[in-house]
Amino acid sequence: MMGLLAVLLTAAGVALAGDKQPARVALPVIKIEKGEKCVEPTAEMRRNHMNLISHQRDRTVHDGIRTVKHSLKNCVDCHASPKTNSVLGKDGFCESCHAYAAVRMDCFECHSSAPRKAASAPLAERRAP
Amino acid sequence: MTTIHYREIAGRSAGFLALLGLLGALVAAGLGAAWYMEHNGHYVTGMSNQIVWGLPHVFAVFLIVAASGALNVASIASVFGREAYQPLARLSGLLSITLLAGGLSVLVLDLGRPDRLIVAMTQYNFKSIFAWNIFLYTGFFAIVAVYLWMMFERRMNEYTKPAGVVAFFWRLILTTGTGSIFGFLVAREAYDTALYAPLFIIMSFSFGLAIFLLVLMAACGGAGRPLGDVVVQRLKNLLGVFVAAVMYFVLIHHLTNLYLAQRHDFERFILLDGGIYTLLFWLGQVIIGGILPLALLIHPVWGRSRRALAAAAVCVIVGGLAQLYVIIIGGQAYPLVIFPGKEVTSSFFDGAVVAYAPSLPEVALGAGGVALALALTVIALKVLPFLPRSLADDDRAAGGLHEPSIHLRRA
Amino acid sequence: MSLDRRHFIGLGAAVTAGAVLAPGLRLIELVQARSPEESASVLRRWGLLIDTALCTDCEVCVTACHEENGVSGHGRPATDAQWIRKVGLRDKRTGHAQTLPLMCQHCAHPPCVDVCPTGASFKRADGIVLVDKHTCIGCRYCVMACPYGARSFIHETVTGQKPDVPRGKGTVESCTLCVHRIDRDEQPACVEACARDGGKAMMFGDLGENDGELRERLRRQPSSQLRPELALDTGVRYQGL
Repeated sequence: MMGLLAVLLTAAGVALAGDKQPARVALPVIKIEKGEKCVEPTAEMRRNHMNLISHQRDRTVHDGIRTVKHSLKNCVDCHASPKTNSVLGKDGFCESCHAYAAVRMDCFECHSSAPRKAASAPLAERRAP
Repeated sequence: MTTIHYREIAGRSAGFLALLGLLGALVAAGLGAAWYMEHNGHYVTGMSNQIVWGLPHVFAVFLIVAASGALNVASIASVFGREAYQPLARLSGLLSITLLAGGLSVLVLDLGRPDRLIVAMTQYNFKSIFAWNIFLYTGFFAIVAVYLWMMFERRMNEYTKPAGVVAFFWRLILTTGTGSIFGFLVAREAYDTALYAPLFIIMSFSFGLAIFLLVLMAACGGAGRPLGDVVVQRLKNLLGVFVAAVMYFVLIHHLTNLYLAQRHDFERFILLDGGIYTLLFWLGQVIIGGILPLALLIHPVWGRSRRALAAAAVCVIVGGLAQLYVIIIGGQAYPLVIFPGKEVTSSFFDGAVVAYAPSLPEVALGAGGVALALALTVIALKVLPFLPRSLADDDRAAGGLHEPSIHLRRA
Repeated sequence: MSLDRRHFIGLGAAVTAGAVLAPGLRLIELVQARSPEESASVLRRWGLLIDTALCTDCEVCVTACHEENGVSGHGRPATDAQWIRKVGLRDKRTGHAQTLPLMCQHCAHPPCVDVCPTGASFKRADGIVLVDKHTCIGCRYCVMACPYGARSFIHETVTGQKPDVPRGKGTVESCTLCVHRIDRDEQPACVEACARDGGKAMMFGDLGENDGELRERLRRQPSSQLRPELALDTGVRYQGL
């Protein structure tokens, strides 16, 4: 429901942006800088990404299932801005859309908003000079 | 049987508005403290990784325990059929709800993630006595609300007794659960005993009745409603019994611990060299909370005076807070015994008695909870007829009471 | 189709053999690396063995753990989280002194799991005791309940979290046995650091594996649990206590 509203507002905002009047609320900045496409179709992601993340988190935390497709770390690795190294911030992928739709997101209170570097290398190798 | 007439209090005097203003300010301070703690994180309080439950929890547990006991008077009327207590039943029900609301608000606002209250109320681990308590507390509100409705609505009066019976057993289970929050903890020397469940039940009787007495005397005095000695005498005697019973349980607990060699170090801490905890135990819990009120209540001359009774009730409350401080905070301050017979040191305060000093946000939050309970009571008294028009002795003669043969001095 | 007795016995034997062998075939498969799609299994029980005789005065395990998991101090020892700590012991009667690392003991019957009102504190199928931070309301009852003082409450806003280890203000946490590393078939950071830079006192392994190294050593040499009278069946065992 909230997702649908967000989609409608975004669409309206983008349409209105064609006019000369400035938008009252800053439109979300959606810059895709890595990868060819997302793990799911865009329309489905806009509507459902919160459900995919919620479902995956229970499987990962409680069952130890760490499939990559719907993993939050994977999302951040791809969507984090190369300039700011984050999905947060004024033009951050997650935050600018969430700010526009006025939907509070709790994820990055705990989760890192930065992509992984030299992903998952063992401690010894990471410490090598 | 005389029909009892209830009426709302007028609630228009300057004193009334000033009281509401003061309570409102305290509630606002409590809310501000809660926001400050949640926004910055709990490092702004005096609580730490060793003392995770601090002064707010002392207040919260006190209010919750007292809430259960405040329903006692109504139970005696409805469940045990003592008509003498009937006119007091409505106020008793009201106080149990408002005290519980005050206590729970402190508990919820102190959570690390109070925004997850919905999670706490929908996802339960039923092995946890804490989860059971959440369920019991919310159920208690509903049950007492129904109980009050049976009392208020004339057509439902015949159902007052069954509602009262349900409420009575519900709160016995609820208070057993509250005591078991501590009694079920195997980790700490201060807890891990089945004694906490009955101790908390008898503490609830004592604290609840003390608060009920003070609110009754204040409400009748403030609203100009006569309060007869017969009512007051009965409540006084009851309070004396409960205070003595609490002291008995405390005595048994410590006597037993003193018999067990492995508990000697802990008993020495509480009874002898625990600093603030020893002081609070002897001066606060035993003397102010036990011996002094008992003396005031059973003394042949002092026991007749209203002022002495009020003082005794205040002492019971102060002693109760001291007792809970020793239980909750003293129990955490004493180190975990992981390596018996060894001196232990670490960067995480193993083996050492941990220092704790309540911070201002904690005091404000606890006081805010108390103020909320009182504010809700005061507002309810104005909005609905909880208080009888008169509790004077002669108005109760036809109620089947024994009239005292000597005229009692009213101080 | 009717079976004569011989064929029936032959069929029965084949079915029984299959039923007996099939779980064994499954077991051999599981003893090897777990793929990301598989869930953690009750057939494993992760544990640690710590030989206090080899434990020196160093703090390599503590440093490694806090570095791996992004646990940084704020100069406030009372409220800063600690997932593992070095404990110094001195016998009151004999004066014998020793030191050992203390962390979440990953009990089989964890009191912290029993008391959690929302079920956030839970035990994974392979024995690791964890906190589901999505469900934790920060009531700290588990901190009260832990007999080892293993849990910490996060008292301030957290920034710069490690991507593998989410942690945030207002929830409770403790040693995860480096679950993110175990799921990649690596060792916990403390064990690896002790083996590389410390006294080589820590051993990690599968307590449930019949011929595994850890289980063999526990069978051959004496070891003990902390607070054994509580009957919690801890996953962390100590030698030399």
